[in-house]
Amino acid sequence: MPENNFIKDIGEKTGTRRDVLTKGLALGVGLLTLEAWTSQRTLAASGSGQVSQGMAQIPTLPPPVDPWQEDVILVMQQDLKRALSKPLDQRHWGMVIDLQRCIGCQGCTVSCINENKLPPGVVYRPVLEETSGTFPNVSKHFLPRPCMHCDNPPCVPVCPVGATHKRPDGIVGIDYNACIGCRYCITACPYSARTFDWGEFYGDIVLGGPLPYEEIPSLEYGKVWVREAGKSPIGNTRKCQFCIERVEKGLLPACTDMCFGRATYFGDLNDPQALINRVRQNRQVNQLKSELGTHPSVYYLL
Amino acid sequence: MEQKHLAQRQTSQSMLIFGVIIWLVLFAFGLHGLYDRLAFDSLQTDMGSYIPWGLWVSSYIWFIGLSAGSFLLSTLVYVFKLKQLEKVAPLALVVALITLIMALLSIWFDLGHMGRFYGVYLHPNFHSAMAWMVWLYTAYFVLLIFETYFALRGSLVRSSFLPGIPGIFSRILTGGRQEALSEEEVRRDRRKVTTLATLGIPLAIAFHGGVGALFATVVARDVWHTSLYPILFLVGAFLSGGALFTGLIAFFWPKRDDYWQATVHLLGRVTLGLLLLEAVLTWAELSVPMWYGVGPEYEELRYMLFGPYGWVFWVVQVGLCTVLPLILLVAGSKSPRMTGWAGILVAVTFLSTRLNLVLPGLVAPELAGLPYSYHDGRLTYQYLPSGSEWQLLAFIISVGIALYFLAVKVMPTLTGRDVA
Ligand code: SF4
Ligand code: SF4
Repeated sequence: MPENNFIKDIGEKTGTRRDVLTKGLALGVGLLTLEAWTSQRTLAASGSGQVSQGMAQIPTLPPPVDPWQEDVILVMQQDLKRALSKPLDQRHWGMVIDLQRCIGCQGCTVSCINENKLPPGVVYRPVLEETSGTFPNVSKHFLPRPCMHCDNPPCVPVCPVGATHKRPDGIVGIDYNACIGCRYCITACPYSARTFDWGEFYGDIVLGGPLPYEEIPSLEYGKVWVREAGKSPIGNTRKCQFCIERVEKGLLPACTDMCFGRATYFGDLNDPQALINRVRQNRQVNQLKSELGTHPSVYYLL
Repeated sequence: MEQKHLAQRQTSQSMLIFGVIIWLVLFAFGLHGLYDRLAFDSLQTDMGSYIPWGLWVSSYIWFIGLSAGSFLLSTLVYVFKLKQLEKVAPLALVVALITLIMALLSIWFDLGHMGRFYGVYLHPNFHSAMAWMVWLYTAYFVLLIFETYFALRGSLVRSSFLPGIPGIFSRILTGGRQEALSEEEVRRDRRKVTTLATLGIPLAIAFHGGVGALFATVVARDVWHTSLYPILFLVGAFLSGGALFTGLIAFFWPKRDDYWQATVHLLGRVTLGLLLLEAVLTWAELSVPMWYGVGPEYEELRYMLFGPYGWVFWVVQVGLCTVLPLILLVAGSKSPRMTGWAGILVAVTFLSTRLNLVLPGLVAPELAGLPYSYHDGRLTYQYLPSGSEWQLLAFIISVGIALYFLAVKVMPTLTGRDVA
């Protein structure tokens, strides 16, 4: 398992910053408006990234990058290039999801289904929805949930045949041709990130068989997978693999590429320069069910 | 007297015909399930990605418990030298073998890729409780075959003079041996059986406790993740295996003599004790996480007790699998018939306790909001075994019944018939 020292460093830094915050410095939370971006630029230009007490009222967005200079997608593509120039075991792929920016459009879910040609019963990245409060004080929360690519993944040790494995680059993968379809790993994942390919097609309902687009192979793990009865990936457990076949060709995961709210960041957690590390610097960061000790590679910005 | 015998024969014949009809219906019903499974893989099941285990996994732990229970019952004779059960012990071994086959069929049909089961032998991951389980079953299977063989060898040699299939079967198994076993050979066989049975005790406890641990070690499922689970599985195995055997001896042991009466009585007492122990453990399993009415286990168990399938607990598990057998065992302790019915009731309805161990751990979403996110027919928290799932289970049960009667037919000594 790759040691992710940088994450620890960041953790410490965040801790220090949190101390500063408790001393009276506040970080505003705001809407994604031009005004907000402008205030950020001012803050960034001041070089501190911290807001003085007097300015605490002004709604601001934390300064993730220099978005006014380059599109975050292009920045992350540069990050990928840097990561790919390193040996496999020195990368640690991870994801950051900014919950303030997520607008709950479910575009990532759909682009993932499209990219991986997912059938009914299989979803890699649903957007969880929760409504809280009662009318008229109601609010809705969204939480996109890919596989966490845990560093201590409960799904790996349970697999009786070793089909589920942790790769040196942090990805938790499934060897479809070895998987016997026992579904033990589905029960073991605390995030319900694993689903099973039951062999259904969306076209079953109207055509009694696959729709033309369902016959297009998926390219997961860099192989060509045509869904046919009795053959993998039918009868296998399936899950998000961070679109590793795209990533290794320098493309971002499909969900990150299309994220409408620019809420999803992807990159190498071991690279201090990577956007994925910089966006976490001034924000409250959370991981799902971290109390279980799974050490997810997915971080949420609150 | 003559007339009484004639009437008895007529009744048993009509019972036989009735039994055969029931079996045929069960088998035909089951064949359809087998066809569905082989032709459409898992498509005809009601399981989904959020409730990925259902009837077949539950029936697998039901059967494997019956096997472990029957086997451990036989060790009362072969290891602990309990004289009373000596005559019925070989039958207990055969029942253990048959129910093991039924269990393996259940779990094999549950796999997404049935043809790849050998992967657990070729590239096992011994960190996985499931891999351990498969390897331990294999060892248990081999052990059972040898133990049963040595336990029966003497009687098989004696049966080789019988006409028809029993004779042929015995001659094949004994390599056509004519002369009876010498005293020395009998002693040696007994020693082998004792050794194998002694080895079998930790093995049976390990694999069945291991099945409990397979669930209990899953940290993601609050209801399963308790040290009580392996113990519950073991006690359940003793109980269901003992109960099944009580029923079989009460109804299918041909000679209704004093020995039979005393044996059924003893088995009934054992079943009664185990039933009470199981009730105490079930109370512990439910009351501890539910007492203060708060926490994730509380919600899941409440669903089990008072949700739409609450009747499985109250009517089947409590009513038919606990209270009614208790009444029959206590009130009818002198009646082999009542004791037999209690045994059959427990053994058959024990599936409900297995369903109630497997499903509550799966019914609650692991993350709030999941049921309202992207969903379809296989991404729901609803599960009711489909017709096809029941049919396949019926097929497995009919195979088990057929194997039992076949075994009893080709090895008459199993049911105490004297062939010398
Ligand atoms: S989120 Fe689930 S499937 Fe993904 S690595 Fe963690 S335990 Fe495994
Ligand atoms: S379903 Fe496949 S990947 Fe999951 S535990 Fe079973 S064999 Fe392993």
